[in-house]
Amino acid sequence: MKPHTIHFKLNGEKVALAVEPNDVLLDVLRGGLGIKSPKVGCDRGDCGTCTVLMNGKSIRSCLALAVEADGTEIVTLEGANSRKCTRKLQAKFHEKNAFQCGYCAPGIILSATELLEKKSKPATHDIKEAIAGNLCRCTGYEPIVEAIAEAAKGK
Amino acid sequence: MPITTEFEYVKPKDMEEALHVFSLYREKARALAGGTDLVVRLKENLARPEVVVDVKGLPELAGLSFKGGTLRIGALVTFSDLIDSPFIKSKFPLLWEASRTVASVGVRNRATVAGNICSAVPSADSAPVLAVYEAGVLTRSLKGERRIPLGDWFTGPKKTSLQPDEIVTAIEIKLPKKKHAGCYMKLSRYEGEDLAQGGIAVLAFSDNTYRLAVCALGPKPVRCPGTEAVLNGNKLSEKLILKAGAAILREISPISDIRSSKEYRLHMTGIMLGRALETAVARLFKKGPKYGTGNIC
Repeated sequence: MKPHTIHFKLNGEKVALAVEPNDVLLDVLRGGLGIKSPKVGCDRGDCGTCTVLMNGKSIRSCLALAVEADGTEIVTLEGANSRKCTRKLQAKFHEKNAFQCGYCAPGIILSATELLEKKSKPATHDIKEAIAGNLCRCTGYEPIVEAIAEAAKGK
Repeated sequence: MPITTEFEYVKPKDMEEALHVFSLYREKARALAGGTDLVVRLKENLARPEVVVDVKGLPELAGLSFKGGTLRIGALVTFSDLIDSPFIKSKFPLLWEASRTVASVGVRNRATVAGNICSAVPSADSAPVLAVYEAGVLTRSLKGERRIPLGDWFTGPKKTSLQPDEIVTAIEIKLPKKKHAGCYMKLSRYEGEDLAQGGIAVLAFSDNTYRLAVCALGPKPVRCPGTEAVLNGNKLSEKLILKAGAAILREISPISDIRSSKEYRLHMTGIMLGRALETAVARLFKKGPKYGTGNIC
């Protein structure tokens, strides 16, 4: 296999590194780059805990080849902290105790960030739709939905 | 999970270069667009290509356009692109409605419509809708271009009539001229991310003609001409729905799997068909649930 040198923006910083064609983006972020907020869950696109933003859109980093990140802008929860609505979401998640083990939280906060940046006044069904692909096995959906709704209202 | 298969990665900038790779490697080359199916198959060693061809650099495959009454959905258009398009919502609401039932936002942001029909799983949500719109699949190889009617596209579970040296460039749909409305009724275990246990797309026209197609109720998504023949020329009534419900059972062959039993699928097909027909006809008269609502069974 021929390695490829890829260049992309990771949480606002320019990154260049060599990857193999069969390297998965999630593994490269967590392994080589030490970015630990995207988690390994189902590893096949169903659970959403590996969610990152690629060019502003939430994607499954377990279903992207690392080489596909070339020329893109990737934001993980580590970098999303600089976004106003992400900080609001984090504060509300904290206040509402909207997670237990926290494994799903980075993915859910990024999915909610994408929603709020697109739709500042989401209805409850918009919120549920936005996080439908993020599974929480502590079954804490109620406080999660409430936290997102309150973050949107700016309470 | 790492991918253990070793392959080369290429991202051609022009069509000629891409087509040369497919012509040379044939079955050993796999096209990569959204990757939501391909990467899973790579991880599970179900796909073992020698070369992965990232087609996202090909401008010919990009974009939605509408010219001369025909919609062209470039092979790189994602389900999110369709959902976010006010044009699709107003002119092809059935396609919009079905797109919203595909997986979840994080998958739809990458998954393409063309990829959905290339993966050709029996439960492909876009397939029944493309079938009732009588879509065509545009393909290209070094030998030239082809337009494959959707009815000839699926040849079996995960099998299509795409040749190993070809790629899909776009899907095209002619906007029906007659007044029409539709419904995509999906049977799933819960609202939200789930594969279809069954899906029925209906287009109802103001002259009492109907088009029907299903997914996840047989080895491949299919149009249901026998049921259409029962319906055509008749105003929708409870009696007609019962007749159609009996007819459609002769056109499907569901199996039992992890998502539901064959018997449940057979039973629910009649119910879904009735709801889909009633919803489509109500929408024809500007009544019934708005598109995107009331279509999960």
